[in-house]
Amino acid sequence: MIDAVVQHLPAWQVVLPLLGAPICILLRRPAWAWAWTVLVTWATAACAAVLLRTTLDGGPWIYEMGGWPSPIGIVYRVDPLAAFVLLIVSGVGAVVSLYARRSLTAELQTTRHDLYYAAYLLCLAGLLGMTITGDAFNVFVFLEISSLASYVLVGLGPDRRALTAAYRYLIAGALGGTFILIGIGLAYQMTGTLNMDDLAQRLPPVSHSRTVLVSFAFITVGASLKLALWPLHHWLPNAYTYAPSVTSAFISATSTKVMVYVLARFAFGIYGEPFAFEELGLGRPLLVLALSGIYVASAVAIFQTDVKRLLAYSSVAQIGYMILGISLATPAGVAAGVLHLFNHAVTKGGMFLAVGAMAYRTGSTRLEDLRGVGRVMPVSTLAFVLGGFGLIGVPLTAGFVTKWALLEALWAEGLWPVAIAVLLSSLLAVVYVGKVVETAWFHEPSEALRARAEAPVDLLLPAWILVGLSLIFGVWGAWTTGVAREAALRLLGGA
Amino acid sequence: MTGPTTLVLALLLPLVTSLWVALTGERRANLRDGGMVALGALLAPLLATLVPAVAAGGRPRLELVELAPGVPLVFELEPLGLVYALVAASLWPVTALYGVGYLRGHHEHHQTRFFVFFSASISAALGIAFAGNLATLFVFYEVLSLSTWPLVTHHQDEEARRAGRVYLGILMSTSIGLLLLAIVWTWSATGELAFRPGGILDGHVDDGLLPVLLGLYAFGAAKAGLMPVHRWLPNAMVAPTPVSALLHAVAVVKAGVFTILKVVIYVFGLDLLTRTGASIWLMWAAAFTILAASLVALTKDHLKERLAYSTIGQLAYIVLGAALATPDGLLGGGLHIVMHAAGKITLFFCAGAIMVATHRKKVSELVGLGRYMPWTFAAFFVGSLSVIGLPPAGGSWSKWFLGTGALQAHQPALVAVLMISSLLNIAYLMDVVGKAFFLPPPDTTVRAGYREASTLTLVPPLITAGLSLLLFLGGAQVVELLRPVVGGVP
Repeated sequence: MIDAVVQHLPAWQVVLPLLGAPICILLRRPAWAWAWTVLVTWATAACAAVLLRTTLDGGPWIYEMGGWPSPIGIVYRVDPLAAFVLLIVSGVGAVVSLYARRSLTAELQTTRHDLYYAAYLLCLAGLLGMTITGDAFNVFVFLEISSLASYVLVGLGPDRRALTAAYRYLIAGALGGTFILIGIGLAYQMTGTLNMDDLAQRLPPVSHSRTVLVSFAFITVGASLKLALWPLHHWLPNAYTYAPSVTSAFISATSTKVMVYVLARFAFGIYGEPFAFEELGLGRPLLVLALSGIYVASAVAIFQTDVKRLLAYSSVAQIGYMILGISLATPAGVAAGVLHLFNHAVTKGGMFLAVGAMAYRTGSTRLEDLRGVGRVMPVSTLAFVLGGFGLIGVPLTAGFVTKWALLEALWAEGLWPVAIAVLLSSLLAVVYVGKVVETAWFHEPSEALRARAEAPVDLLLPAWILVGLSLIFGVWGAWTTGVAREAALRLLGGA
Repeated sequence: MTGPTTLVLALLLPLVTSLWVALTGERRANLRDGGMVALGALLAPLLATLVPAVAAGGRPRLELVELAPGVPLVFELEPLGLVYALVAASLWPVTALYGVGYLRGHHEHHQTRFFVFFSASISAALGIAFAGNLATLFVFYEVLSLSTWPLVTHHQDEEARRAGRVYLGILMSTSIGLLLLAIVWTWSATGELAFRPGGILDGHVDDGLLPVLLGLYAFGAAKAGLMPVHRWLPNAMVAPTPVSALLHAVAVVKAGVFTILKVVIYVFGLDLLTRTGASIWLMWAAAFTILAASLVALTKDHLKERLAYSTIGQLAYIVLGAALATPDGLLGGGLHIVMHAAGKITLFFCAGAIMVATHRKKVSELVGLGRYMPWTFAAFFVGSLSVIGLPPAGGSWSKWFLGTGALQAHQPALVAVLMISSLLNIAYLMDVVGKAFFLPPPDTTVRAGYREASTLTLVPPLITAGLSLLLFLGGAQVVELLRPVVGGVP
């Protein structure tokens, strides 16, 4: 019995949330649907943990769906990188699900809770599917599943502006998805296969054809749009700001991360580093865009008056660090980028949850409404501040571990001016985090705010789990760095 | 008890104190404060148990976790660190006692929060003292900046907010922009971050770039207050006086110069600096700071600000000692960590006592106060002697060694700088003593009928003044403890 489960683990990874979603609607009642969601997400996270363990010890796990070998059937392909991303996504999904019940009660009418949970699980299934699949077309299918579900998750926000935000997100997402589809189609045209391993074999001989060039261009731009690489990020701030707190935390920690993974997978795993970086020179443009994104988005974050919006722009900047690492196309650089997928997911997820806790009590995320909140809700504020330390890259937080890895990688390539630029960019984070801290600390709370209490435990606990993880892996950074290195090595080595 | 265990206990003790303060809270203030001082008094004896072992060449070492592959969080105690730790540890309970008197005398709000962060920052200072590699040092350096920010901004008003911005703004931008850069550079060049006797850089970094790297360290450790990154220190004076006394005259600022000393001794190595002359520019940068800060101090009427600029000048003495890169220069720098600490904390204690008793903050308002507060001003006099460097106070030793160190480095002009600076010190410090004792009090002072401040604020400056005198006799012991460090052999 156990064997049967373990043998089909890659399938369970996606099937659990995918089939769990409709059951939420059958359960109807908010409490039941929530309990079911928690159960499913934690089981999914457990799958991912086991997968990571297994793949770190051995080679990639090629799982044939329904026993059909490729190229007839679809295969799932789990290597350490995929398993690491699976664990990030499902882990955050599991922690955030604990938070969902109470937070949603304040933001969404109860008759729609079951729909929300269904969309949540579908989105999770889509993200996991994109990560685990070894089939290029399958990536697109799961991309659409997760995207459609996330438009719903955003559109259910408490504010009517959530609808326009979701609409913009939809337009950008549809464009990105279509681009990726076109790219995959062209690659299929040249090679006659959709299996990633086969593609990787058959693309190099034809790599000088214009078709392959165009297909790679479409995929790169499509993925960059979906992962909100500056200046293709315009859909992101509104979507994060007006979505329900649960959505903001979940989407910010997972969906852009998976797209970064997809970009890395296509660039290194399918088209290959010699083609994408040596021949086409993708590295420098990505580096420039990443660095500009870090500076511009951080600067914009400084001037935001809404905390969620501030965090959204900060996310655009932080994505820049991931792309910066990947743009080096060295094992150390890619490892730094992959490492930041995890470190930023827990940090930013925790911060969005902390802000959500404040919003639950005060009904607002605007800075002017949060004046003096540090005195009324010290525990939530402390979680936010510790998360903020992570964004700055203060030692003993996960953000520092990333920064260290990134600086090391940049220095090894002789790019010390970029390393200096990265260091200086942290100072912008000091300013925007400091702005929130000052608001929370230097004002007398208003009468209305003074009447509020600290957020309830079921909101604080998930926020602190994520922030706690960012602190734990800020101290035991060697472990996450080790996993990220292993993942990067295998990705670049083509193993 | 083994060495590593003692290190852990010493690091935990201030945190336990912090927890104690938080748990007892405002409603049991006497229990809170009594426990705090009692726990604080345990720290120095605990560290003192390590002195024989370290003096005999032992280096208690403890490796905790790996922050990143090849970059462990590690503690290793050597004489310089022990001296710095002992200074912070001995002055902490005295300042805690003083703080109780001061905050109560001022009816300060949020005393519990104050003491929580106050105790926690001692732990951060000890982390710096114990650091066994550059990464560990950097970690606690940043923790110290962040844990003292709530103390600087304690009053939570507009002035505190502004000061807090300058404080973190300068300390964080230099530590991230320069110090961390220097550390990454060192790591990439040498592949290690450990502190090794004799240094690790030789042969790994181009000779022409060594002055640049040294500059990144010297200005990156802005807690040392080398001009032009000194602005945070006068700003931090808005904090309650116990903070100015212990943190901004001892623990925090000494963390900066300690970093520079450690880097010079254990990362660059004296031989490398002497051979390449990479630190000659730093001697003159320090000399400039010494003179400029003393001149600025002369113009300050606000007593705490005057003391702050005096601190900037005195810290530059230690940087100068490091830059000389001669055995005597470094001994003088190491000694001055101790001597200046005892002297300057006395001066701050007195400034605070005067504030509590008379609410006066400016030097010009202190005219004639000596006859109402004789003990306070006597302590101020002794502290001044030590800062100036006159016998029979401890400060004379460090200035002596700095002078001979400058001669060893063949820089007689720097001896002149030291002498001019001493004259300037006399001018701005004895000015206070003279005004208080030898000028007749104006009518307003006579009518007010001032008395000495409460016992809790009066006794600590007397203790530290006595300590300054004792250090004149005990200077040789500190020198003996430190000598192996500069000899190049562990």
